[in-house]
Amino acid sequence: MRDVAVVGFAQAPAVRETHGTTNGVEMLVPVFHEVLGGLGLAKSDIDFWCSGSSDYVAGRAFSFIAAVDAIGAFPPINESHVEADAAWACYEAWVKIQTGEVDVALVYGFGKSSAGKLRRVMTMQLDPYTVAPLWPDSVSVAGLQARAGLDQGIWTEQQMAEVAVRSRADAKSNPLAQVKGDVTVDDLLTRPYLADPLRKHDCAPVTDGAAALVLAAEDRARELAERPAWITGIAHRVDSANLGGRDLTTSPSTVAAARDAGFDKVDVAELHAPFTHQELLLRNALGLNGSRINPSGGALCGNPMFSAGLIRIGEAARQISGGHADRALAHATSGPALQHNLVCLMEGRD
Amino acid sequence: MTSLSAPLNVEFDYTRSLGPVLGRFMTGLRDRRIEGVRGDDGRVHVPPVEYDPVTARKLTEWVEVAAAGTVRSWTWVSEPDDGQPLTRPFAWALIQLDGADTSILHAVDVPSSDDIHTGMRVRVRWATDPVGSIHDIACFEPGEAVETQAGQGEAVTMVTTPVRLAYTHTASAEETRYLNGLQEGRLLGQRCPACQKVYIPPRGACPTDGVPTVDEVELPDHGTVTTFCIVNVPFLGQRIAPPYVAAYVLLDGADIAFQHLILGCDASSVRMGMRVKAVWRPRAEWQQSLANIDHFEPSGEADAPFETYSQHL
Repeated sequence: MRDVAVVGFAQAPAVRETHGTTNGVEMLVPVFHEVLGGLGLAKSDIDFWCSGSSDYVAGRAFSFIAAVDAIGAFPPINESHVEADAAWACYEAWVKIQTGEVDVALVYGFGKSSAGKLRRVMTMQLDPYTVAPLWPDSVSVAGLQARAGLDQGIWTEQQMAEVAVRSRADAKSNPLAQVKGDVTVDDLLTRPYLADPLRKHDCAPVTDGAAALVLAAEDRARELAERPAWITGIAHRVDSANLGGRDLTTSPSTVAAARDAGFDKVDVAELHAPFTHQELLLRNALGLNGSRINPSGGALCGNPMFSAGLIRIGEAARQISGGHADRALAHATSGPALQHNLVCLMEGRD
Repeated sequence: MTSLSAPLNVEFDYTRSLGPVLGRFMTGLRDRRIEGVRGDDGRVHVPPVEYDPVTARKLTEWVEVAAAGTVRSWTWVSEPDDGQPLTRPFAWALIQLDGADTSILHAVDVPSSDDIHTGMRVRVRWATDPVGSIHDIACFEPGEAVETQAGQGEAVTMVTTPVRLAYTHTASAEETRYLNGLQEGRLLGQRCPACQKVYIPPRGACPTDGVPTVDEVELPDHGTVTTFCIVNVPFLGQRIAPPYVAAYVLLDGADIAFQHLILGCDASSVRMGMRVKAVWRPRAEWQQSLANIDHFEPSGEADAPFETYSQHL
């Protein structure tokens, strides 16, 4: 295996609505400029480009092709795309580097969630025969999961509110976060339900955004970063598409991905949990005792579709490159109620 | 300047082949009968799965289950959305039917969130006119199963699932200037500050250099046919009788051609390098659209030399 590290990361501000198109070009141009500029790289130094986005979010076909304008694809570039969170594009780029064909890859994701009614657009992820025709939305599906854990005493509404309070407090030091500030559990619990048992604070906001991350192999990584975040393991697993056939209170696929990635113990974890109970679920499933969780504020404070998972990898890598952690876990999710999960483990080497 | 935006409603009626497993399930629903399939671990899956989720073996043992069951989880919908089973507030629930080991997701018709709880007994409310779709279960309601008149008929093999999604499509700032220009009968492109190429319509970022295009360039309404095809095939919605010519027109001063119609001459006389000029619709009909140019027609000038457009093919 080749040693591969995250050496650079940048993201657009997480905001409720941008005024740009749905192809991401306006958000991506400054993000590419920042991440390449920070590394002293030109686009010609990138051997492989890989993106994650969704045409259903964009409301148009081949939006990821239009996004390539933001790169400037002449002379022709080596490019690929996943119709999933860009964390999966990161996985593809990592595999590409493992082939030995390329040494430096830029991974990016984008989504203008505000263009449509996001919770309805996300229905398109569900079984198209027996579930999607009823149009259950993504918040309702998460509500069914939250209730299952509440009924079984696995988490409480109080604990869910505590997750929101901690996330928003941490997000105060994240200039790109969309939701931040000081709130109290008692206050949050007086607020009305959005999709009983979920209140607004239990749900990630609707966010437009984009992010880019640079991976590099071996000596190239050591040249580019003072303290690269070396990927020691990366894996993804998926649970059944049959929602009613899963135990929604746990996540076998996250546990399997963490095991495959070689998870043991980390200083910090960035979990892609767009709902408060999902953070509690993931912490339980992974046994994350004593690790700092989501110092960025997490997806609850900014959830740009199709880049929020990649941002978890970027934020966890930043903890290592900044010297705040030696070992970090990043998690990304896709599909309804944490169906598909990716775990990326990173470490600093001094 | 505010970017132009407009509603974009994406609609499509997917017609899906059901195959043997979902076909039998939907046929059952049409006949007011619910069938599941037994997995390798003995669990009965409703809705049925084609392959065992653990062993991946093809599953074939069918089990009829009751049209009543127990709520295993629920959430409340205070504002029902288009296409959902009920138009008044309702609960989504995961319901484990008697005889099944997995749960089916469906709506429960109760007046308020105080009227539903996990563990509650609910029964199917059948649709009046079943067709072989998940909507044959209109919803669930509190209570125990009652005898129903079983229907019968041909096997259900297809299901139609309409998708309706509403978006707001927003033009970029550059596209907005271009579209507003068209309303005034002007053709506005933009120049890349790096390679100096002029794009019309402007693209926001130069696809060669990846930098924002900023300098506006007004272009004339005449140019050169770089390549073309003669349309001989009739199709739905065609507004001109074939044969006619669709061509790439490179406006003078532009570095990218766009597609338009060449009329006003015999289709067989159109050629690469032919000089053409725009024929605008009457000013009263102008909108924020390139359709303001009805078509291009020969300008009568001598053909452009190949070298003048060879880099734009």
